[in-house]
Amino acid sequence: MFEAFQFEFMRHALVAGILASVACGIVGVYVVVKKIVSMSGSIAHASFGGIGLGYFLRFNPVIGAMFFALISALTMGLTAKKTRLPEDTTTGIIWATGMALGIIFIGLSAGYAPDLMSYLFGNILTVPLSDLYLMAILDAVIIGIVAFFYKELLLLCFDEEYAVTAGIRVTGLYLVLLSMVALTVVVLIRVVGMILVIAMLTFPAALARLVTHSLKTMMLLSVAFGMVFTLAGLWTSYLLNLASGATIILLSGLVLLSAYLIHGLVIRVRGQKETK
Amino acid sequence: MNRTVLKIEHVNVSYGDNKVLDDVSLTVEEHDFLGIIGPNGGGKTTLLKVILGLVSPDRGVITVLGSTPVKSRGRIGYVPQISNFDRNFPVSVYEVAMMGRYSHKGLGKYYDRSDRDVVLNMLKKVGLGDYIDAQIGQLSGGQQQRVMIARALVSSPELMLLDEPTASVDPIMQTEFYELLEMLKKEMTIIMVSHDIGAISVVVDKIACLNHRLYYHGSREITPEILEATYHCPVQLIAHGQIPHRILREH
Repeated sequence: MFEAFQFEFMRHALVAGILASVACGIVGVYVVVKKIVSMSGSIAHASFGGIGLGYFLRFNPVIGAMFFALISALTMGLTAKKTRLPEDTTTGIIWATGMALGIIFIGLSAGYAPDLMSYLFGNILTVPLSDLYLMAILDAVIIGIVAFFYKELLLLCFDEEYAVTAGIRVTGLYLVLLSMVALTVVVLIRVVGMILVIAMLTFPAALARLVTHSLKTMMLLSVAFGMVFTLAGLWTSYLLNLASGATIILLSGLVLLSAYLIHGLVIRVRGQKETK
Repeated sequence: MNRTVLKIEHVNVSYGDNKVLDDVSLTVEEHDFLGIIGPNGGGKTTLLKVILGLVSPDRGVITVLGSTPVKSRGRIGYVPQISNFDRNFPVSVYEVAMMGRYSHKGLGKYYDRSDRDVVLNMLKKVGLGDYIDAQIGQLSGGQQQRVMIARALVSSPELMLLDEPTASVDPIMQTEFYELLEMLKKEMTIIMVSHDIGAISVVVDKIACLNHRLYYHGSREITPEILEATYHCPVQLIAHGQIPHRILREH
């Protein structure tokens, strides 16, 4: 596979995969343990509105996506904490509204939207250098936030009520968490596309959860699994000439499914030994 | 004269049309050990949440440790009912207990060696010295409850709130648990909520009955009249299990 890396786009793809794994590995752990998978899905899909706005006003759609993802994250967090509206209702409303806006904007923009598919389903082979810089900056921001708020985030995710009584401003912290999810969505859009973001956020973290009981180890493993999945997916898609984003997701899905089966079997065998 | 730790004056709380606390007034002094009993849905947990500032009352004033509930956060230890967290959460017993040190640290500071010593000592004190690295869900219900107690204690609280602490503790553990409470009540003020009348009357000094309205007589003697008013039906007091001495009057 190494001869593939003489091409610049392959080297970019490799770097994009690694940068994406860092963000989704760390934030994915919070998404999984705090059980905000569908909220994250909503943030990801609502970012389509920003992609449409980018096409319409002719600026980088990734910047538009970041803007929309952050706004929907903050809106969702505030409605969840400050109103009595059920969380899944807000999730649904923002999910659909963001996508509808995107479709209207794209319809309004003159001419044909050239690489629209790459935003929807990702194309790791066409990531421009400018987006790699953006991804690296967002990774640094996410690592910084987690390093600073680690003990607060642990309290928030484990026992929100106790976090309040310990004096943590949970609404603010919750908004920080959802904003990190929004930034991760932006990092992942180029690699797997906004529709498949949710898989990259959950698969590596869910797999890591099977093998460790420590949140920190879970993050490190999740980043590592993410890297293995993206690189293996990238290689497979190169060999078989398949869509890269979808190949990465299918591959990680297969690994996760087998891991669950093996995990279930191990527990059952152990259980039988203990009853004997 | 003891210092007043908690003063609740004419507090009303409703969820929609449902009146949960109705004109509740209560004064708790330093080193009191107050037990609050009452039927499920009688407002016991809500009362604790009002004291913690998690629920704001529609009417009435609450003074905790000389200030408002929100300002006194961090000085109150709280042991919630066990069901409030995900048992499979990837966190160790040590890490959960360490959360109690948060109120001494705050934003941007890391837990240090002295926090570590306090937490390890407390875990030994509650009999969990061998389980510090275990994942929280691997412990039994009673052991988890003791982790929650350790978490509340490492913050060196002035007031301790216990919500149904015996709900998931098996009978053998209960005795140990009450011994722990006996030890604690010398150091702090405790309010314990339970629907288990027999259990609560063993350790507490004062009992209040809560069923939307609070019936408080300042002693740990419960009269059948108070119980009837609380539960709205005649209640037969049945003592079972290991109760060291009988404290409820024959009736």
